[in-house]
Amino acid sequence: MKSPKTISSAMQEITFTRRATVIGGLQIGVGVMLAARMAYISVAENERYKLLSESNRVNLTLVPPRRGWLIDRNGKPIANNKTDFRVDIIPDRLRDKKQTIATLAELLSLDSEELERINKELAQATSFQPVQVATGLDWEEYAAVSVRLPDLPGVSPRQGFSRNYPTGPAVGHLVGYVGIASAEDYKKNPDPILVTPGYKIGKDGLEKMFEDRLQGKPGAKRVEVTARGKIVRELNTHPDTPGKPLQLTLDIDLQEYAARRLGPESGSVVVLDTHSGDILAMASMPSFDPNSFSDGISTVEWGMLSEDDHVPLRNKILKGLYPPGSTVKPMHAMAFLEAGIQPTESITCGGGRRIGNRFFHCWGNHGQVDMAKGIYQSCDSYFYHFAQEVGFAKVADYAKLLGMGQEFPLPVSSQFYGTVPSPAWLEKKYKRKWQTYDTVNSSIGQGYYLANPLQLAVMAARLATGRKLMPHMLADSKRKPAPSLGFTDDHIAYVRAAMSEVVNGRGTAGRAKLPLDDVLMAGKTGTAQVVSLSVSNGKRSAPWKYRDHGLFICFAPFDNPRYAAAVVIEHGGGSGAAYPVARDVITFLYDREKAMNVLTDLEKSWGGTIQERMDTKMAAYRAARNMEKAAADNPPPEAPADGTEASAGD
Amino acid sequence: MSDFVPAPIAQLPWKTILLLFVLASFGFVVLYSAAGGSMSPWAGPHMFRFTVFVVMAIVLSRFKESFWKTMAFPAYAIVVLMLLGVELIGAVGGGSQRWLNLGFINLQPSELMKVAIILAVARFYDLLPPSQLRTWGAIWPLFGLLAVPCMLILLQPDLGTTITVVAGALTIAFLAGLPLRLFIGGAAAVAVIAPLAYFFALEEYQQRRVTTFLNPENDPLGSGYHISQSKIAIGSGGLFGKGFMNGTQSHLDYLPEGHTDFVFATMAEEWGLMGGILVLFCFFLLFRWGLGVAMKAKTRFSKLTAAGLTVTIFFYVAINLMMVMGLAPVVGIPLPFLSHGGSSMMTIMICVGILMSIERNPGRRGGAFG
Repeated sequence: MKSPKTISSAMQEITFTRRATVIGGLQIGVGVMLAARMAYISVAENERYKLLSESNRVNLTLVPPRRGWLIDRNGKPIANNKTDFRVDIIPDRLRDKKQTIATLAELLSLDSEELERINKELAQATSFQPVQVATGLDWEEYAAVSVRLPDLPGVSPRQGFSRNYPTGPAVGHLVGYVGIASAEDYKKNPDPILVTPGYKIGKDGLEKMFEDRLQGKPGAKRVEVTARGKIVRELNTHPDTPGKPLQLTLDIDLQEYAARRLGPESGSVVVLDTHSGDILAMASMPSFDPNSFSDGISTVEWGMLSEDDHVPLRNKILKGLYPPGSTVKPMHAMAFLEAGIQPTESITCGGGRRIGNRFFHCWGNHGQVDMAKGIYQSCDSYFYHFAQEVGFAKVADYAKLLGMGQEFPLPVSSQFYGTVPSPAWLEKKYKRKWQTYDTVNSSIGQGYYLANPLQLAVMAARLATGRKLMPHMLADSKRKPAPSLGFTDDHIAYVRAAMSEVVNGRGTAGRAKLPLDDVLMAGKTGTAQVVSLSVSNGKRSAPWKYRDHGLFICFAPFDNPRYAAAVVIEHGGGSGAAYPVARDVITFLYDREKAMNVLTDLEKSWGGTIQERMDTKMAAYRAARNMEKAAADNPPPEAPADGTEASAGD
Repeated sequence: MSDFVPAPIAQLPWKTILLLFVLASFGFVVLYSAAGGSMSPWAGPHMFRFTVFVVMAIVLSRFKESFWKTMAFPAYAIVVLMLLGVELIGAVGGGSQRWLNLGFINLQPSELMKVAIILAVARFYDLLPPSQLRTWGAIWPLFGLLAVPCMLILLQPDLGTTITVVAGALTIAFLAGLPLRLFIGGAAAVAVIAPLAYFFALEEYQQRRVTTFLNPENDPLGSGYHISQSKIAIGSGGLFGKGFMNGTQSHLDYLPEGHTDFVFATMAEEWGLMGGILVLFCFFLLFRWGLGVAMKAKTRFSKLTAAGLTVTIFFYVAINLMMVMGLAPVVGIPLPFLSHGGSSMMTIMICVGILMSIERNPGRRGGAFG
């Protein structure tokens, strides 16, 4: 009994030793395997994991480049960049959208309108497109968001530059505005800079036309970040290359003055340099503030702008077409002169004149009328007669030669170039024969005639100089002098004198005389009917929409023109609304103080500067909208909702 | 040893203590760096605990084999009760809990079970007459001893610890001389059952761990994140590492659990393959010592216990390193002497203490049956 047990015990011991050795061997095997595995990861795959570790650690952020400045002819900024603290949201990194927005709203005291915009943009934005929360923050607000960053994934506070337009609305239509690249932009050109918060591209006007030049090259910043996105330190920075500046022909002071001088009217002013054709001012009012457009406009502001009957979103200088009315008369007179009509040849205006077999009315009864009187008294009969005599096809050729119906090579997205009616045009467009009444209507700038304010200014400049001046927006010191149009000096002098008489003598715009001793301005009034006389007389007493457009073209000094201008006041109730504006704008070119004094008084009566009036209007619009909204949201309750309302009812 | 040193101190197993000290000190250095160059919250307590537990291990080494024999089943019973207690507290408190708060330490009974099962199973095979080794009677008590604790630990749920407990017990059974075909057959059975278990027994989060372990890049931000980041940390360390305090994966929080389960990755990032080889070599020395103790032990109980304890520590190390290097799913097992954490260090130092006690008293040849 004893021995098998002992053998068994010894056997057990042998088994143990054998099996323990096996286990020891297995352990060594596992150890070798682990060492090999580690060597494989850390030596063979070292490069790959090093790269991964670096891409974990280092966050490369693009620094949006500063846009090139837009400067005026004297080097003053029209658009520049200001340092700016801003906060954006990167939608696909957001975790708790509601909570994040609520926190931001509290930190940055965002109002409901802003929140509405943010939520709307978040709903529309593709995942990688940054949505702007706020710009123009002060350091405290920026810091408040920055320190909470670990709890706000998807929020990106940044210090950068934002576009600034010192003169705001005065240059709105001209420069356009900048904005965040759209999803389509990104699809077309998937450059990561496009979705970098703070990066803006030109969306309209010059900002859009010269995007490539103004854009610049982004810089880059390498920062070390923790897994939760907290920035530990900056590693290195590659600075941005700012965009190239763009110099315009504009005189920004004049531009601003013109914009302000337009006041509450819906109108436009164009001023040209008659030596070079440089556009010194092209103001279209009311306008939008490109600053607020570039910062991301609220739906309310957009609503207000698009509902306004003064169409602040349209650049009236290039896209406003008006019957030029009597402003074409000096130009038509020039056509008559060139066609061989003697200026002394006169007709009798008897409150109108029989042309062919019909009697056509003049706006007054001018008696004996020669060419000069025809111009300064703006006698319709004179132009009916000689247009008929010369033939309107010929007159139309001169109209085109002087810029009417022309498109100019300007860096703008589109221009409406209007119509110069002529028999050939009528045949082509309406398939009908030219009639006497077409000549009559066209001879005084009515009928099918349509022109934009820039064309009117070009016409004035060409008429004043006899040269084929082309309007320019971009400064260029090496400009060739404009070629002559072939008018004789006598003819030019005659028209100048007649136009001077309009302002300085017996003419229709006596109040347009410059308040200056040594400068005389020449001009021509124009009134364009909007509705037929049977609807309204078109005067200032009529409803705004029915009032006549007021037009005025001018140049100064009349005998050696330096500047030419055109003013159009929509529904101004006649030219009387237009020429005081022209007078003050031209005065500004010679005597700024005098002109400013006039403006200061006027602005008092209008209720402040452009910005102040826009703010007032915005507030009123907002209030009205809120009331509408409140009325829609809370239909009159049957029972008072709370105590205050109940007591108010008592 | 010199005469100036009193005999009881001179007789201490200094070589082993030095080995452990090297490992723990390396852990201290890594934890110091992981905290961004600070003694708190990990490095200081780590070293303090180590000191306390080394003293505890030395005290344990004074006990004789008979004490462990006597304690084997009672200790097992007590730990089972503690596991039950944790489960009850969890049920009452609402929500699962793995530890008992003893004030100075959060004690995980499942950790203690790793030791208790070794003692109990070793004692069982010690008591089992050799003639019965090839009978049914050698098998069912083993499963009996495993069943209750494994169920309780799985309830927590803690798959990693369950595996370690089972593996420790099976190793002793293997060493005790159970027929080889049982183990071969068992392995074959596991190969069949494992896929079934995957689909029917594992919780969803455990399933996910297994699948992401197989392909961590599939889910780099979800549960594959741990493994991916750990491999990046080890891989980017290269041959000599990025240098002390220069680990970016750990310092910038990309590596999760960089001070506990993934401490090896934290170490490897800063010390590279050389640091890893050093750690592996230290553990090799430790296991060689442990198995040596088992070989030299004279009694069956001592032999089985020493080998079982060594294998238990080995499982900690092997599973942890395989997990960290992307060879095993994330199961939540710390790395002995390097990971920050009291319970596991206590368990391991108890193992070491018992091993030292066996080394001190190898027993008489023949043991209980001798």
